[in-house]
Amino acid sequence: MVQDAYISLYKEQSELIDSYSSDLLNTNRAAACESLSKLGLSIYAQEYERDFGLNINRYKINVDPYLSFKCDVPNIGAYIYFVLNDTFYPNSQQAKLPEGVIVCGISEAISKYSDLVKPYINRQMTINTDGNQAFNAMFAQDGLFVYIPKGLKMDKPLQLINLMHGNSDILAVSHNLIILEDDSSAQLLICDHASGDSHYLTNRVTEVFVGKNAIYEHYKLENTHEKMTNICSLLLDQADNSQVLSNIITLHNNKTRNTVVANINGSHSSLSLNGLVLGDKDQNIDNTTTINHIGPDSSSAELFKYVLDGQAKGKFYGMVKVYPNAQKTSAIQTNRNMCISNKANMQTKPQLEIYADDVKCNHGATVGQLDENALFYLRSRGISEQESRMLLMYAFVHDVLENIRLDALKDRLKLLIEKRLRGELSKCNGCVICK
Amino acid sequence: MLEIKDLHAVIGGKEILRGVNLSVKPGEVHAIMGPNGSGKSTLSAVLAGHPAYSVTGGTVTFNGKNLLELSPEERSREGLFLSFQYPVEIPGVSMVNFMRTAVNEHRKYKNLPQLSAAEFLKLMRDKKNIVELDSKLANRSVNEGFSGGEKKRNEIFQMAMLEPSLSILDETDSGLDIDALRIVANGVNKLKRPDSATILITHYQRLLDYIVPDVVHILYKGRIVKTAGKELALTLEEKGYDWIKQEVGE
Repeated sequence: MVQDAYISLYKEQSELIDSYSSDLLNTNRAAACESLSKLGLSIYAQEYERDFGLNINRYKINVDPYLSFKCDVPNIGAYIYFVLNDTFYPNSQQAKLPEGVIVCGISEAISKYSDLVKPYINRQMTINTDGNQAFNAMFAQDGLFVYIPKGLKMDKPLQLINLMHGNSDILAVSHNLIILEDDSSAQLLICDHASGDSHYLTNRVTEVFVGKNAIYEHYKLENTHEKMTNICSLLLDQADNSQVLSNIITLHNNKTRNTVVANINGSHSSLSLNGLVLGDKDQNIDNTTTINHIGPDSSSAELFKYVLDGQAKGKFYGMVKVYPNAQKTSAIQTNRNMCISNKANMQTKPQLEIYADDVKCNHGATVGQLDENALFYLRSRGISEQESRMLLMYAFVHDVLENIRLDALKDRLKLLIEKRLRGELSKCNGCVICK
Repeated sequence: MLEIKDLHAVIGGKEILRGVNLSVKPGEVHAIMGPNGSGKSTLSAVLAGHPAYSVTGGTVTFNGKNLLELSPEERSREGLFLSFQYPVEIPGVSMVNFMRTAVNEHRKYKNLPQLSAAEFLKLMRDKKNIVELDSKLANRSVNEGFSGGEKKRNEIFQMAMLEPSLSILDETDSGLDIDALRIVANGVNKLKRPDSATILITHYQRLLDYIVPDVVHILYKGRIVKTAGKELALTLEEKGYDWIKQEVGE
């Protein structure tokens, strides 16, 4: 089986892996290995078969990403951080963060701020049931750590750029931990990029803890290339009166799996979970989301839209589970998809499981083509067929974009999406590494 | 300007137009009347190039060009305009973006420079007044949430923006109250030029009180069975369509 090679690699190298990481990440490895041998790898498993390099010895590439890589979203004015392949790179030029805010590598955070990290890390991991997470726990040695203290509202967004770069095929595993204490607020933009011509496989986990009355916005923008397989898990924990907005956008990739598990533990909390996929050629995009309404009086709204062209394959599996104590839950789940070509393929599986009796839930999913009447209407006004199609596709995804509250990101995305829908590659501007 | 000869068209294997002949000259207003299902809307859809219909015979010449060879967008750029009986709602496409794209495609076709944002907005403001279209509507998505009357006014607004040489108004009066009808009709009259022509497709005489036709045709079972002056519309209003059916031998 494909995981066996990785399991023996881990067993041979476990001391070395531990020595280049920190204890709180190391404690789970053996259990994760045990679990993986039972669960196996089920998502894009064949992708793991390539002869990837895994950077166990933590060699740093002799590149300063802060100098050589320009972000896709200019003018956002964010605090910028890089994880290059699997390694956090500190930003020496960074403007001073607000008092009490900590942003650093997770490995460093474990050694320096063990008391902060310990109550949270791995708490949302389900390595006994999720093979991807078990794989992640076995190998993750680094990642981003963010700590927002009680009552602090961030003045600017944080941005994490996951950049894949190398002359050989690379497998990168990382674990991010984001903690928002009570009454705080923060926005995080995660950009996934790939440069160079190598094959990449990533397995990344982001755990987020949102305290009471805290407000968190999570944006993930994937704009990589056709040799990139991206397996990401976003694990969200919400306390009372918290608000979370998440937008997961896939513009360009090879194979992507986004797993979202949101645990709304608190009462009177809200979650807006959104996603947008533009796929063509042989792209595969899978968003699998689970929203667990555990606390009462909370609401969730989920909206995912796909536009698939070429032979692209899309999957949306959405589960909303309302626990017995989660009375007065309001949940709405919507998945709308457009298959532009005859060979594009969409699978959707919206699901509700309700164990409380006083709730308001609904869900809906559609798969369709462009509206021929609308297309004719636009063309009858002199707009070319190609331009009319573009306008309609853009209109279709429009409401997902409207959920984005970072104006600079929204403007940039409109431009990138327009280019993408016109069939142009929306490459990053000014990327020195790519040139 | 428009010369239709022995036009046949089918949809879903059913022949709807069965030999239409029609000649329209610059400056003229033609009314095409007829009972339900006679092919009036099919005729307008075929002239605008709706892909659901296929032409099985006949010719259509528009300003010297073979209209049937042109795509819907080329027909529009050549100066043909169809006011839809049921304007389509397009959520997510703003009126401004829609009209700017359309106007600039027309200008490109005529080798004119693109309008600047300021020039375009001024043009929109001027043309909106012709049909008393609310400024707020222009900021909304195309026809989304518009009332029946607003949709029809929006059609005439688009006509004002594109300045066609031939306008086909398909049942523009349907669903309009008397005030809206007057506004729409005034708009059409204001947009009339000596070098432009109009085809009104309608059930009722009512619209023709406001937009006075030079010629009235009766379309019945896919053919024009009678052509006369504007008094024909009054006769129809009085007698209905039964006498026409008798005249054609049914």
